[in-house]
Amino acid sequence: MTDTTFEPTIIGFTCNWCSYRAADLAGTARMKYAPNVRLIRLMCSGRLDPTFVLRALSQGADGVMITGCHPGECHYIEQNYKALRRYLLLKRVLKGMGIEPERVKLVWASAAEGAKFAAETTAFVEEIRKLGPLHWRKKSDQFSVISEAEQKEVAA
Amino acid sequence: MNKYLFYPGCSMESSAKAYMESLNTILEPLDLHFEEIEDWNCCGATEYLGINLIPAYSLIARNLALASKQKNGTRTVVAPCSACYLNLAKADYYMQERPSLGEKVNEALQAGGLQYTPGTLDVRHLIDILVYDVGLEAIRSQVIRPLTGLRVAPYMGCMLPRPDYKHRWSDHEHPTELDDVLRALGADVIDYPLTTSCCGGHMTQIGPETAFELIRRLVADADERSAQMMATVCPMCQMNVDAYQNEMNHYFGTDYHMPILFFTQLMGLAFGREPKELGIGAELVSSRNALANIGVEVPVTQEPSAPKKKDEGLPMPRRWTKHEGKKEAVK
Amino acid sequence: MTERIGVYVCHCGSNIAGVVDVVDVANWAAEKLGRQGVVIAREYKFMCSSLGQELIEKDIKELRLTRIVVAACSPHLHEKTFRIAAKNAGLNPYLVELASIREQVSWVHTDKTVATQKAKAVVSGAVSRVIENQALDELKVPINPNTLVVGGGIAGIQAALEIANAGFHVYLVEREPSIGGHMAQFDKTFPTLDCSACILTPRMVEAGTHPNITLMTWSEVEKVTGYVGSFNVTIRKKARFVNEELCTGCGICEEKCPKKVIDDVYEAGLGYRKAVYTPFAQAVPKYPVMDTQNCTYFLKGTCKACEKFCPTGAIDFNQTDQFINVEVGNIILATGYDLFDARKVSNYGYGRLPNVFTSLEFERLSNAAGPTNGNIVLRDGKTTPQSVGIIHCVGSRDRNFNNYCSVICCMQGLKFAHLVHERTGATVYNFYIDMRTAYKAYDEFYQRVLEEGTLFVRGKVAEVTDAARHSNEKGKLIIQTEDTLAGKQRRIPVDMVILSSGLQPRHDAKEVGKLFGISCSTDGWFTEKHPKLDPVATMTEGIYIAGCAQGPKDIPSSVAQGAAASARVLDKILQKEVALEPVRASVDKEKCSGCRICNGLCPYHAILFLEKEQVTEINLALCQGCGTCVAACPAGAISGTGFSNEQILAQIDGLLMENLEMV
Repeated sequence: MTDTTFEPTIIGFTCNWCSYRAADLAGTARMKYAPNVRLIRLMCSGRLDPTFVLRALSQGADGVMITGCHPGECHYIEQNYKALRRYLLLKRVLKGMGIEPERVKLVWASAAEGAKFAAETTAFVEEIRKLGPLHWRKKSDQFSVISEAEQKEVAA
Repeated sequence: MNKYLFYPGCSMESSAKAYMESLNTILEPLDLHFEEIEDWNCCGATEYLGINLIPAYSLIARNLALASKQKNGTRTVVAPCSACYLNLAKADYYMQERPSLGEKVNEALQAGGLQYTPGTLDVRHLIDILVYDVGLEAIRSQVIRPLTGLRVAPYMGCMLPRPDYKHRWSDHEHPTELDDVLRALGADVIDYPLTTSCCGGHMTQIGPETAFELIRRLVADADERSAQMMATVCPMCQMNVDAYQNEMNHYFGTDYHMPILFFTQLMGLAFGREPKELGIGAELVSSRNALANIGVEVPVTQEPSAPKKKDEGLPMPRRWTKHEGKKEAVK
Repeated sequence: MTERIGVYVCHCGSNIAGVVDVVDVANWAAEKLGRQGVVIAREYKFMCSSLGQELIEKDIKELRLTRIVVAACSPHLHEKTFRIAAKNAGLNPYLVELASIREQVSWVHTDKTVATQKAKAVVSGAVSRVIENQALDELKVPINPNTLVVGGGIAGIQAALEIANAGFHVYLVEREPSIGGHMAQFDKTFPTLDCSACILTPRMVEAGTHPNITLMTWSEVEKVTGYVGSFNVTIRKKARFVNEELCTGCGICEEKCPKKVIDDVYEAGLGYRKAVYTPFAQAVPKYPVMDTQNCTYFLKGTCKACEKFCPTGAIDFNQTDQFINVEVGNIILATGYDLFDARKVSNYGYGRLPNVFTSLEFERLSNAAGPTNGNIVLRDGKTTPQSVGIIHCVGSRDRNFNNYCSVICCMQGLKFAHLVHERTGATVYNFYIDMRTAYKAYDEFYQRVLEEGTLFVRGKVAEVTDAARHSNEKGKLIIQTEDTLAGKQRRIPVDMVILSSGLQPRHDAKEVGKLFGISCSTDGWFTEKHPKLDPVATMTEGIYIAGCAQGPKDIPSSVAQGAAASARVLDKILQKEVALEPVRASVDKEKCSGCRICNGLCPYHAILFLEKEQVTEINLALCQGCGTCVAACPAGAISGTGFSNEQILAQIDGLLMENLEMV
């Protein structure tokens, strides 16, 4: 990795029902998007513990993309609203920690929106590229920048 | 809400003087405040865009830049001329859609110390303001001399509703805004299928035969439907139908007499103004006979009302409006 | 490391291997992930083939593997395949993890180096995760043998009859007063010209009288809870104001009702009905309904003519909506389509020009039971047209409206042409973009209509107008079109224009989808599980779709889908139970502090607070496994199987392994 061509590393969380299937659809339709995102499948965006995001950022990710079903279309009725609440709170916490809140982005994508998933991914990679590397993971043994107790507080 | 930046356009000072005069009479009763853009220039009409895009767009955008500098409490620019409206809206739209064009145009504006950020102004046509800001109810409330019995063909022209960048019109093929205003004035508005057909534009200069045919279609259909006059929102349309009607008659050996007035002239009449104040009489195809119906005190004989639909007839579907179920723009 | 992990990288022919260096990925995994416990890493042409599966099974046995990672396609495709392979070799199926390097890597990226790097990261993530996987047992739930079919059109009727004939009970719910759907409105069906009512009515009667079918018309599904095998459905049975026990369907109430109303539904706005009515003579059931928005009694408080004349006293003005709860194991949605609103294409003049008709209007016009007794006449009700223009693709294949092809319009246009010819002798023009007459005996019908003398103009119609330019156009509708075969503009004056309007998803398809927990495509049609191999199942277990609700289709295809959906349901019923993913949340009571933060989070009310012990408990039968409570627990007392914190955190670490820096 050179400074002139900074390639961000991004962790993406997807829900099993909408956004993971959007990613599948983007694949089936051979839509091209930036290769910087590595996906993790959850059952629902409501499963997203904000600790996951902090862990990803502390382990070398430069950005985290959270994706889920559109509001009102959650497979589990309303759990994506809870993801939205946690997301907004998380952004405040990140700001308090001195991390640009824009490093975390929430994207709604239905199972039919492969094109949207691809476009949003590419756009987010460019946004993170502009922000530059996070460099949280200077020392690999220094996992917890925040204490275990604080992590749980965020989770709540 | 009632304050606007005003872009008159060249024709309002010359060929469409009557449009300007009549517009001035309706501003006060409708509580509209138009502030003219200082040092505005020609919009380039239709020709310049066909020659060189960057200078053409720069010419238009200069007006937008001036307007955005001048804005005091409003971001809406009103143009009464359809060509001016379309050009201003087009420049605003394409500067935003094609950033490279926006940059080049701004580079040109820079020479004059000007700058315009596309999308910051709202470019709208006069009739859009009258229908959607002022409202038909407010117009109706000012009518003291209803145009009852005057059969008018509402002629919107082709440049106003298309392309409809910001989805301003009820329908870009058959917009009803002009119909609604005329109806609010009490006029007997005919269903005019050619309301958005072309008047020939500048074809009168390059290929008059083509323009004559287009004018003939407009006039012939209005006449066929027993319209006493046409009403328009566009200086170009007014000029072509009015000034070239005689030549068209010669060309085809016909004998049409179809006056065409600006809708603001009819508004002025309905609001109680006298024809002289409204520039009526300046038109080449005289509207005297048509207006005799309302100019004099004698109540107009009612048109025989259409025979009642017989029971065996089949019902019509409801008419489509864009705002169906949403906004009650059309009363 | 105690775990012994096998990594299997699939070429998928050239689908993966064409972009990802699969050999490099496998070698890298064997070398670099050895300390994680990877003992073997192989690549193979098609892992999902039986040889590929045998390879895994053999390794599990011979190399005593305890965890498997397959880097191949999306888990939604082959997770099951590899889990079964593991099970066959004696390994718990949930100790298998799929890494998607096809949908997420080779198909979406082009740079081989970068794609290979990403594939390694994805494999690394899966390896880290699989170590934390736990052996799980499948959850088995019983299947209630009752089925709910929503929508009583031909697709729904077919599905209901198939299941009922197999001996299982069906609740058939229909929104309108009668079953029959759009097919009941048609006069003839293409290409055989069978009388639509003649072939449909026997099916309707069969559905109405079948001992295994509970028919609920004038009813709508209000609420759905539960999951495959045991759905609980609340149905609103709207008040008919007619007592079904007493009504004999004699029709006297309808005859005596003084209020005439335009029938927007059955007669497509072209005819009238009364305020108390059965939509058509062959309606099933035969009981009428009261239209309270138009009934004089409901509007003004007097009249009651129907009540006075009813010989059995069946009119009941005090009826109210009833709510009925039914328990079913599976649900089939066959909710049909709406006709595209042709008024939106204002240049065709529908709604402005009287003699422009929609296809559904023409169906009623040509139907012997319709408002004109089958006489094809203009809107004045008496003039027979001398010339008729049929415009195809109205609202379809048009980027201003719907991009898709509505499938039925070409054949419908041909059918109309034939009927106009046969009944009026008028000159008929068909204006088309492309003629699409696929399927059995369809193109033969096209040939027949051509031979009958119907004229075909290829081109998109620009405008239908009554503004005449020439004397021969006076009083006519002029169709202005480009004739792309003749290479010129044409103006064709006709007396009548029929717009072959496209099909659209039901206006409330999205809400209905939400009610049943299934999604819609961007066009608004219900989304099937797989467009080719699973066209009647949905992403939600136990919910099936059939007919036009899934996309535009003709009658034979709708019937086929209705039957297909019922076969899927019967398969479930006969299995008696179904295995569910064991993804569930559970509370470690030792860790639970009783803070109750999780208590309000569950939409399924699966979380209970035990007052006595002051701890929270999760009801496994109600839990759907979303994991929201797991994420919320501040004490980490709730764990979610299949998606535990340990698994996800390990996957994050694996994906971000230091030596995987991207180019």
